[in-house]
Amino acid sequence: MAITTKVLKKPKRSISDQVYIPAIVDGLGLTMSRFFKNTLGPIAERETATVKYPEESREYPERFRGVHRLTQRIDGSPRCVACLCCSTACPAQCIHIEPAEYEPDDPRYGYERFPKAFLIDELRCIFCGYCVEACPCDAIRMDTGVHMPPGVQRTDFLYDKETLLSIPGRDGSHKTANPRHEPGEASHPGIDRDHSH
Amino acid sequence: MTTSQLVGYALVKILVIVGIVVAFYAPVLVVLERRQSAMIQDRIGPHRAGFTLFGIRFTFGGLLHPIADSVKMMWKEDLIPPNADKLLHSLAPIIAMIPTVATFAVVPFGDMFYPGHLTDVIPRGGIPNAVAVPLQVATVDVGILFCFAIAGTGIIGAAIGGYASDNKYSLLGGLRAASQMVSYEVALGLTLVPCFMMYGTLRFDEMVRYQATHLWGICYPPLTFAALLYFIAATAEGKRVPFDLPEGESELVGGYFTEYSGMKFGMFFTGEFIEVVGLACFAAVIFFGGWHVPFLHENGFDFGAHFAFDMPAPQFVGWLSMPQWTTAHVTLGRMQLSHWVVILLQFSAFFFVKVGSMIWFQLMIRWTVPRFRYDQVMRLCWKGLLPLAMVNVVVTAAFILLTSAP
Repeated sequence: MAITTKVLKKPKRSISDQVYIPAIVDGLGLTMSRFFKNTLGPIAERETATVKYPEESREYPERFRGVHRLTQRIDGSPRCVACLCCSTACPAQCIHIEPAEYEPDDPRYGYERFPKAFLIDELRCIFCGYCVEACPCDAIRMDTGVHMPPGVQRTDFLYDKETLLSIPGRDGSHKTANPRHEPGEASHPGIDRDHSH
Repeated sequence: MTTSQLVGYALVKILVIVGIVVAFYAPVLVVLERRQSAMIQDRIGPHRAGFTLFGIRFTFGGLLHPIADSVKMMWKEDLIPPNADKLLHSLAPIIAMIPTVATFAVVPFGDMFYPGHLTDVIPRGGIPNAVAVPLQVATVDVGILFCFAIAGTGIIGAAIGGYASDNKYSLLGGLRAASQMVSYEVALGLTLVPCFMMYGTLRFDEMVRYQATHLWGICYPPLTFAALLYFIAATAEGKRVPFDLPEGESELVGGYFTEYSGMKFGMFFTGEFIEVVGLACFAAVIFFGGWHVPFLHENGFDFGAHFAFDMPAPQFVGWLSMPQWTTAHVTLGRMQLSHWVVILLQFSAFFFVKVGSMIWFQLMIRWTVPRFRYDQVMRLCWKGLLPLAMVNVVVTAAFILLTSAP
């Protein structure tokens, strides 16, 4: 097959393109309009995008994974049942849980456990959110909407059970939107140690 | 005038001009450039450096940043690359800095100054036999040629800096700086030839006097074109965007000052800003009438038409008394000012209005136009500016012939 060539014509440029001056005047018009708008214009119409950070900050997005919190039951105890799902799921292995049994006369004895100690090393945490996904009880959440506050030593970043329980969610509540149905309540589905399916 | 008086006045003048340019404009420009670019780009820019006194935060809108900058530069390690030429490496910033400051020796920043008649009203045409100090550090006859000669030595600083750093990027930057500045030196000189022809002098003070008695240079059509050419050539001569190829960071890291740190870098940096002020000063003197304020003469404002009348004016006599109405003799269109006011007006009109707005315009250009390619810069010089400047010389000659013909 014979080689065919296609002659590409150079795009035509007029004199005004070549001397740049009209283009530069156009550009100056744009930059000057921004400059005067942002310096002399009325304050409401300025389009300065800067957020003066420490004094003002932008709201984090809805699903921002902030610092962890442990949600509370109605009586203020953690919803956590120490199933170790979160610490198992954690890729950074930053969650340390010591499970404990309730007293033998407690209705929850033998049915669920509670965390005697719940420790998150926030410096090791990679904020992946796997712990939140793994939790069957909606006990650990990252919906606080705040990032880790700074500290001066490593122990400042070890968050124990009481600290985690004291952090409210973005709505200011220590509970979650998912109601918990305690055994004995009318809303309880009735499945517990004594009544199975 | 005695010799000691001469030396004394010269020292004061040097202090004033160095104080204004090096100690005021250069540091302020560092902030202004950053803040102006921020405003253009919808940002705020540096505004935080400051101190807290009695619980109130003082930042002065970011004007304290140059102090923070210079403190940082002075305390940074002054590193000389191991294989660099130590003498030349240390010498280059000094060689680059000195000519930029030295050119200000010929910039006139005011009319003749009569130290003995500060509070008097000086008659038009000056006082013949009084002690008069020209407000210009050096009233040399070659004026503008002195500028070109001194500014030409600035090339050596950049070239030596690039050569002595033992770094490929520095060397390339130095080479680019040298060839670009040498090329634009020619074009820069030629763009200003129409001005010498029009004003008939090389002295800056005479140029200003011509513009004061005639029109400002920018008003003559050939000189308007010369001003445009001069502005382009001077921007390239000062290695500013869009002609900052010697330090194009996307290609050459930092160009000829890649290997400089601390105050040596600071000297290159300050030198560049002083060049910006220099460009603005010369443009203001040559094209915008220098220290000349319209309608301001040695004896005050005079708008040509006089209109005198008597009008009632309140007069306050004593303390806490009602005003008593008297008649005041008012002359509209004329205002007599004492000598120091006139000098101060001229001085501030030159340095803060004219030079200030020229600098502002340069910064606008700097943040508007993207960088050229190197061959485009050279082509613009040799094939664009140089022929145009030559044509402009001929056009100016014709213009002078036509306008001066009886």
